[in-house]
Amino acid sequence: MRYFTEDHEWIDVEGAIGTVGISNYAQSQLGDIVFVDVPADGRELAKGDEAAVVESVKAASDVYSPVSGAVIEGNPALADSPDLVNSDAEGEGWFFRITLSDEGELDSLMEEAAYEAFVAKL
Amino acid sequence: MSDLPADTLLNVEDAPEDQEEPQLLPLDAWHRAHGGRMVPFAGYIMPVQYEGIMAEHLWCRENAGLFDVSHMGQLVFTGDGVDPAQALEAVLPGDITGLGQNRMRYSLLLNEEGGVLDDLMVTRRAGEEGTDEIYVVVNGATKYDDIGHFLDSMSDDITINLRDEQALLAVQGPKAVDAVSRLIPGVEALVFMTAGAFEWNGTPLWISRSGYTGEDGVEISIPAEHAAAFADAICAEPEVKPIGLGARDSLRLEAGLPLYGHDLDPETTPVMADLGFALSKRRREAGDFAGAARILAERESGPAVKRVGLIVTGRQPVREGASVVAEDGSVIGRVTSGGFAPTLGAPIAMAYVPAALAIVGTAVRLIQRGKVHDATVSAMPFVPHRYVRQSTKTGA
Repeated sequence: MRYFTEDHEWIDVEGAIGTVGISNYAQSQLGDIVFVDVPADGRELAKGDEAAVVESVKAASDVYSPVSGAVIEGNPALADSPDLVNSDAEGEGWFFRITLSDEGELDSLMEEAAYEAFVAKL
Repeated sequence: MSDLPADTLLNVEDAPEDQEEPQLLPLDAWHRAHGGRMVPFAGYIMPVQYEGIMAEHLWCRENAGLFDVSHMGQLVFTGDGVDPAQALEAVLPGDITGLGQNRMRYSLLLNEEGGVLDDLMVTRRAGEEGTDEIYVVVNGATKYDDIGHFLDSMSDDITINLRDEQALLAVQGPKAVDAVSRLIPGVEALVFMTAGAFEWNGTPLWISRSGYTGEDGVEISIPAEHAAAFADAICAEPEVKPIGLGARDSLRLEAGLPLYGHDLDPETTPVMADLGFALSKRRREAGDFAGAARILAERESGPAVKRVGLIVTGRQPVREGASVVAEDGSVIGRVTSGGFAPTLGAPIAMAYVPAALAIVGTAVRLIQRGKVHDATVSAMPFVPHRYVRQSTKTGA
């Protein structure tokens, strides 16, 4: 099941494990991505914490964790190929995987249709 | 994630404070029709990108790009019985009176302390009355302040005409002159830092072989009402695509060219900025320009801090506002421009560092948002200039 935040992160949840990235809309707004700083394994994040940094040619942006939990791994492919976020933001361009500590937090997130409607109004 | 940066590129301080509503460029509708993403810059709404900064940057390095720089101030100085070139020498440290007809020079508008109020291009050309006039192109964000400063420092016999009925279009890139000379024969005979009057479909143009990308190319002053037709015509040439402010910034950064308001400001002298070439020999010997005492002393004994290029280790860009720090963490300098260099595939920056560190190859440490980055002082330009200093006229 995939959820989105109003800050344009997505999280794909299977069991208690979530995979987090930024939306295709976000990457299109950022433009060419040249660097991604993903969180270290084991890092404890609270929902809304600054979890990663994404740098486009234009600017640096913080990526917030959509949920609380412990980071399992950052996407190692982004070190050499940050452009994966441009080419496949909601797939190969994922940022990190996290063990959810409170699945109830997902209730405050948007499902895909709601996010699409949200973006359409921006 | 934090706010998406589409409309925050290139700091808001570029906008003059006393100007509330940004102005529209003559090509505003043209940019929108060509997919330009419009943002406020220097008091205008301008295109930051069309298809994407990286693609536009690389296209310009390999082909040619059209840049709308109509926000810049085009000033014409004339004198009633006095020489406008002479008058300009009070505030510019360059040899203006010695400038030949249709020749241009990069110069700096200085305050009495030798601080840089603007950087600009000065050209001598024939005026309508048969007497010479001086055509000066200044930065958009500073143009009104510049005019005030010029007026304050010159006699009433000098007239300054802000030619805001003229658009200014730059065509830059290794194939720029090929494309432009197809529309405007004769342009290929210009060489770097020369200019001349031309005509396109009956429209008078003023064209110089100059630019802000490090590439060959031209800048074209054209009546605003003809700018869209010209933009259509030049972009119909296969080599030419429109390029936004984003790539303009990354191109000039790779070319080692300072951006006023970022790498240059009133606290900076030409010597600190490593722009000593703008101090002409005759003027240095006479010491007769604003701020000369300080600037010449600094030239003699060396500046305390100096503008340098940096190549940043790793892939993460280090941008304007980052600090240069010593071993003990104390701040000893500042990054004034920085970003990812598409041509090099690496992050680069410009910074002011203590003179002792301003030596190519010196390792320096930067701090940005609490994170340490290593960098190495590099020669500039980062990407070699490709100016054409001899005529490319074929068969000549």
